[in-house]
Amino acid sequence: MTQYIIKRLLLLPLLLFIFSIFAFFVIQAPPGDFVTSYIAELAASGSSMDQAQIDALRAMYGLDRPMYIQYLKWVGRIIRGDLGVSLDWQRPNLELISERLMLTVALGLLTFCFTWAVAIPIGIYSATHQYSFFDYFFTVFNYFGVATPTFMTALVLMWLAFQYFGVSVTGLFSPQYVDAPWTWGRVVDLLRHLWLPAVILGLDGTARLARIMRANLLDELNKPYVEMARAKGMSEWKLVLKYPVRLAINPLISTIGWYLPLIFSGSVIVATVLNLPTIGPMLLRALTNQDMFLAGAIVLIYCGLAVIGTLISDILLAWLDPRIRMEES
Amino acid sequence: MVLGPDAATRISPAHEAPLKIDDQASEIMIAPSEGAEAFYVAPNWKLVWWRFKKHRLALVSSVILMFIAIVALAPGFFSTQDPNATNAKELFIPIQTLHFFDEGRLRPFVYAVVGQRNPKTLRMEWQIDQSKKIPLRFFARGYEYKILGLITTRIHLLGPASPEEGERIHLLGTDRLGRDQWSRLMHGSQVSLSIGLLAVFLSIILGILLGGISGYFGGTVDLIIQRLIEILQSLPPIPIWMALTAALPRDWSVERVYFAITVILSLIGWTTLAREVRGRFLALREEDFVVAARLSGCSQGRIIFRHMLPTFASHIIAASTLAIPVMIINETFLSFLGLGLRPPAISWGVLLQEAQNLQSIVLAPWLLLPGLAVIITVLALNLLGDGLRDAADPYH
Repeated sequence: MTQYIIKRLLLLPLLLFIFSIFAFFVIQAPPGDFVTSYIAELAASGSSMDQAQIDALRAMYGLDRPMYIQYLKWVGRIIRGDLGVSLDWQRPNLELISERLMLTVALGLLTFCFTWAVAIPIGIYSATHQYSFFDYFFTVFNYFGVATPTFMTALVLMWLAFQYFGVSVTGLFSPQYVDAPWTWGRVVDLLRHLWLPAVILGLDGTARLARIMRANLLDELNKPYVEMARAKGMSEWKLVLKYPVRLAINPLISTIGWYLPLIFSGSVIVATVLNLPTIGPMLLRALTNQDMFLAGAIVLIYCGLAVIGTLISDILLAWLDPRIRMEES
Repeated sequence: MVLGPDAATRISPAHEAPLKIDDQASEIMIAPSEGAEAFYVAPNWKLVWWRFKKHRLALVSSVILMFIAIVALAPGFFSTQDPNATNAKELFIPIQTLHFFDEGRLRPFVYAVVGQRNPKTLRMEWQIDQSKKIPLRFFARGYEYKILGLITTRIHLLGPASPEEGERIHLLGTDRLGRDQWSRLMHGSQVSLSIGLLAVFLSIILGILLGGISGYFGGTVDLIIQRLIEILQSLPPIPIWMALTAALPRDWSVERVYFAITVILSLIGWTTLAREVRGRFLALREEDFVVAARLSGCSQGRIIFRHMLPTFASHIIAASTLAIPVMIINETFLSFLGLGLRPPAISWGVLLQEAQNLQSIVLAPWLLLPGLAVIITVLALNLLGDGLRDAADPYH
């Protein structure tokens, strides 16, 4: 077990290295360098910079040096916790991101919990009551859940809420709490706003997960051991939950590895539509305004979150499934 | 889903072993039982078709998709107006419901709309005028367009009977620039569908190539390709696509952006298909007919393309069908965020961009309708893909 986790952890630096190259590529992609854009930004706001300052900036970012040195300098600064300054916001990127990171993670985790809490019971019910009314109902629901783009769900719900209840469901805080310090009231207020985006974001995943769960459980329910337990007089309820469900959930654990990155990834769109203060809309704004250091930093953060998701799923899988542990040692 | 060891038990008793026979081999195969002779001598594709026919929803979906495909091939024919023509006097006109029967006879018409400026908000407010009908006719003459860039014509499926008098119809209303949404929806289907198809096509090529190499040769190559796939799959796709599409130069032409987006979408899309192909190769590598082909001195190319590929072609088709809707949704996402296709290109995502905020939806709810087109298409493709996947392995 420990060996397996260490092996997985050793892969991390490699992944981060590849992701950092990618993020650096994002930063470098638009024409012109950071300082040129900065000067243009200053000119637009009516101020300017003298040549000495420009040269100092260029030297700081190593813009006159070869690409790999620029990359190394950038990585060096990141390791020291310096993610650069946002041209658009005129504030350090680290500050901007950390303000919103917690909400991004909270939204992701809540979505994840919602998905599992809803999908597993639906999957179990559909498998044990195959071809019943609710099985068909959930099948139809699942197909629509997969087919509807998340932003459509968000837009339609937003519209309905406004049209029929006169409430605006955008944002994550009531007006009085937007800039308030963290108090118990603010947390409650946050949760009251957060559930809707979480449901919207989790709909697609819930549909997929419920289908996988149903199929896996159906495979298990036909096996002789189930028949055996039934023949011995075990109660149906206990029988299903104790053995086949546990076996059917196992393959689902491995889906966490790709599902968590997908949640964080999908939250960009939902957050943009619902105007949530997460890093998603910030990435969109940074990309549209060519605020590349901020965009690169956010992309890197997203990759980091995805890697953590994969790691959690690997560890969970090893913990729950002895076969994987055995294979590794 | 995943076929476990119990999959073999589901085979009918007449099959002693799983039959994995390609088209050539089935001709010389002797039917093990007399009763179902047709079944045992049928080539692979026929078995697949028989299986597929049983899947009602998949059949219905394929008919719907055929209609959508016809629209996508000649969107101009189904449009009623030039999709890019703006009209400052016809902003936010609501849906004009199409009536087919007038006084019991097939005479399609729509009611006219009259606009009045609200003195307080200074906004045009449109009312349906029940007293005035705009008669329509089939195969009416309208604006000039080209079918597939070849045939120039003015004939449209439906249009106002007398367009020269300035009569215009807006079956799905107009947007903030007064463009006709119905016509834009028709034209959008061309781009949205073709981008999905093209992106999947690129993914298939990459997937078969890399997945095939990985599965057939194994060893170090396999290890490297598998790690590459793992890394790509652990990336959060939407931020990556956003970053890549945002990096496309602003001055690129519509066509170049279109192709660039297809490539970007398939950069991650191929991994799923590659995994599928690799899995199939691994399973088939040890099959008797492959060993037989190898022993009788077939070249590797012949073994792969003549013997192995036809056996799992149906699986690839099913997997690719399921990949198309994913691509369509992703293109919609990107264009919706303003990072995908840029006007004057029209795709469903570009159309939905008009409905991006609450104000425009409250003002003009019909701007959400292109979303329905996305849902129907994706739903139909998913159902078709599921049907194909079930039919892909007719021996089970």
